[in-house]
Amino acid sequence: MEKLIEKGLLVIAYSSIAILFIITFFIFKEGLPFIFREGLGTILGGVEWRPTKGEFGILPMVVGSLLVTGGALVIGVPLGLSCAVFLVEFSKPKVRRILKPAIELLAGIPSVVYGFLGVILLVPLIRVHLGGPGLSLLAGSIILGIMILPTIISISIDVLEAVPQSYREGSIALGATTTQTVSMVVLKAARSGIVTAVILGMGRAIGETMAVIMVTGNAVAFPGSILDSIRTLTSNIGIELAYASGDHQEALFATGVVLFVMIMVLNLVASMTRKKRIR
Amino acid sequence: MFRTAAILVFAACLLSAAACQRADPNAAGGVMTVAGSTSIQPFAEMLAEEFMAGHPEFNINIQGGGSSAGIRAAQNGAAQIGMSSRNLKEKEKGLHETAIASDGIAVIVHRDNPLRGLSRAEVAGIFAGDYKSWKEIGGEGGTIHFVAREEGSGTRGAFEEMVMGDREISLRALVQASNGAVREIIARDPASIGYISLGLVDDRVRALAVDGAEATRRQIMDGQYKLSRPFLFLSREEPTGTAKAFIDFIMGPRGQELLSSEGLIPGGQ
Amino acid sequence: MIRLDPALSQKLVRWVLVSLTALTVSILVFIITYVLLKGLPVLGWEFLSTGAVDAGRGGGIFPFIVSTVFITVVALAIATPLGVGTAIYLTEYTRETAATRVVRFAAECLAGIPSIILGLFGFITFVLFLKLGWSILSGGLTLAIMVLPTIIRTSEEAIIAVPQNRRDVSTSLGGTRWQTVTRVVLPGALPGIVTGIMLSVGRCIGETAAVIFTAGSALGTPTSIFASGRTLAVHFYILATETDAFGMAYGTAAALIIAILTINTLAYWMMHRIMRKYS
Repeated sequence: MEKLIEKGLLVIAYSSIAILFIITFFIFKEGLPFIFREGLGTILGGVEWRPTKGEFGILPMVVGSLLVTGGALVIGVPLGLSCAVFLVEFSKPKVRRILKPAIELLAGIPSVVYGFLGVILLVPLIRVHLGGPGLSLLAGSIILGIMILPTIISISIDVLEAVPQSYREGSIALGATTTQTVSMVVLKAARSGIVTAVILGMGRAIGETMAVIMVTGNAVAFPGSILDSIRTLTSNIGIELAYASGDHQEALFATGVVLFVMIMVLNLVASMTRKKRIR
Repeated sequence: MFRTAAILVFAACLLSAAACQRADPNAAGGVMTVAGSTSIQPFAEMLAEEFMAGHPEFNINIQGGGSSAGIRAAQNGAAQIGMSSRNLKEKEKGLHETAIASDGIAVIVHRDNPLRGLSRAEVAGIFAGDYKSWKEIGGEGGTIHFVAREEGSGTRGAFEEMVMGDREISLRALVQASNGAVREIIARDPASIGYISLGLVDDRVRALAVDGAEATRRQIMDGQYKLSRPFLFLSREEPTGTAKAFIDFIMGPRGQELLSSEGLIPGGQ
Repeated sequence: MIRLDPALSQKLVRWVLVSLTALTVSILVFIITYVLLKGLPVLGWEFLSTGAVDAGRGGGIFPFIVSTVFITVVALAIATPLGVGTAIYLTEYTRETAATRVVRFAAECLAGIPSIILGLFGFITFVLFLKLGWSILSGGLTLAIMVLPTIIRTSEEAIIAVPQNRRDVSTSLGGTRWQTVTRVVLPGALPGIVTGIMLSVGRCIGETAAVIFTAGSALGTPTSIFASGRTLAVHFYILATETDAFGMAYGTAAALIIAILTINTLAYWMMHRIMRKYS
């Protein structure tokens, strides 16, 4: 009986690897033959996406994904990091005890709600005051920037709290102000942890679909400015999967493969920085 | 211990149930799936709602997926009825077709846009990206924001065939994944233009006259307004059971009246 | 380079941090209050207990509540035994080896996969390959994969937190390993495991991209796990993008947010209690 249970648990434990493999297998099985047939260069380097007419360039979408993720980081990281630094280093512990869980709760708000508020409030604001259709790289960046705040804040707080108190005391004892202590000692000690927080935020931004579909306008072209529309890899799948068949469907799986590889590289980097931190 | 075992057994049951055959759709109480064009979907949902209100013994399940998916679903039996909002291509023929209605494609602008009509060539020019500003085509306002449907959509296919001809819709076009989503964008942005199902036009947007013909049912039936396409119900064989009852209801007076009141052109004509 | 007086820079930094934190918190608070203010007036018994009329432009959200509950139950019925089993194996039955590191890494990767990729996978595997069609089952299976990493991680943490001496007592009394696990470890870890399950419920409720392509968007109340069902989040997405029924959309969003925040708050509250108990 004991042996049986152990075997059973072993099987269960390996099921999560199995699932990862099955997912990888199915996505690649659908996407890779297409990539080989069309050539990785024509797909990754191509700028024309007309899947029903045999043009499968996804470069504008790779660029779109990177730009909107970059934009989200430009907005989310300074805000999130400042918030974390303030709560850990400058505020009373009581404030942190209330605000941290409150902010973490917000991570649970569905992305479609963020997207909807983006469409209702942000997009008209951009259209009227800044020009363009409003559905834009800028709108996408702002919405994603807000969406990754809880992730960045929560992990940064944990990381900053993990910096030994003695570091701070040593610095203060040498006559440094709190600001100097934070910028010269605490943030340096917490650097790799903060990088992990940023990478996880990045993963969330690059993988988000529904909110991005709602606010970026989904044009398959390189944006000339932040007020232009973009399409991300995720939106490409989200918008077209329902209708696609044949080559078109395979092309969407190829889009999935590219996205999958990007995310896995990010995961690896995140996992490596985390290990470095533990060491 | 027993609880864990019970949970495991339950999970195993779910998985094995998954492997079994799905319920027979034609049996009494079975669920019939109708899948395909999202242009037809809202009308089909309404028809199913009405049909099931009078016949509670039937259970009809309406799914989107798009015309191509609807045609495939009908071919491989994934759905008992497939919906297509475009004519079948040569290699797709062989299905049993019922034209339940036809639908105009309206070129729409914001309610406040003073423009009343365009030629087909001008519409094609806008979507090909030839015109940057409304002034270039006799309108008012700044940059034109043109909204298209996504690749693979039946509405896009029909629009390309009837308006674009051999021109391509510009890659700079904003893209939305449903007629409703296109309409919502146009209704909010005074500088935008798009194309949707005539049946979905409401008073927040204006349907433009194309080549001098107003986008109305009358003009479509008279053959004046050229942008129209059939709404097809497809099945592998002659429909039977629930499928037959549903199609009969739609083609009957009540069904056609409902479609007509929603702005479509009844299928008989 | 201009050297600022340390006292002045201290003040300046503090001021900047306070205002950025205030901005962050007010954005997040605004999102919730805005949706609740707009949505609560719609959210009556009538709205919760009736079906949709006119494709969601009128009526209520009852069928979507049922679909959401069904899909969530299916997802957790599958993910809980798998996740808890994996956690038990990793903590109680094996030492840290290369194999367990692979399992952990796989779970981590699984956690990083964007939900649209899971939707793509679920669509090709469950809907098409296994011929389950758009159904509660397909959606539930897909969500089970999505929440599996969360359940593994939280269960693992909960099991590790059970004091070693309790296991020793059980073993010294002649208990087998499995008896120790079921009678000592699991009861001790139960609150932590339940917390993980509740957080997973929150994620299932709020997910859109992974369900819309696997469970479909049928308007009716699902009668079996093979029927298609529209979850609250999917319904909200469709209302928000395809209609001008903002009242209905806000009502649905408010229902979503209230459900998720309540569940997550309970989960955090439990986690807090556990942490106090063991620290």
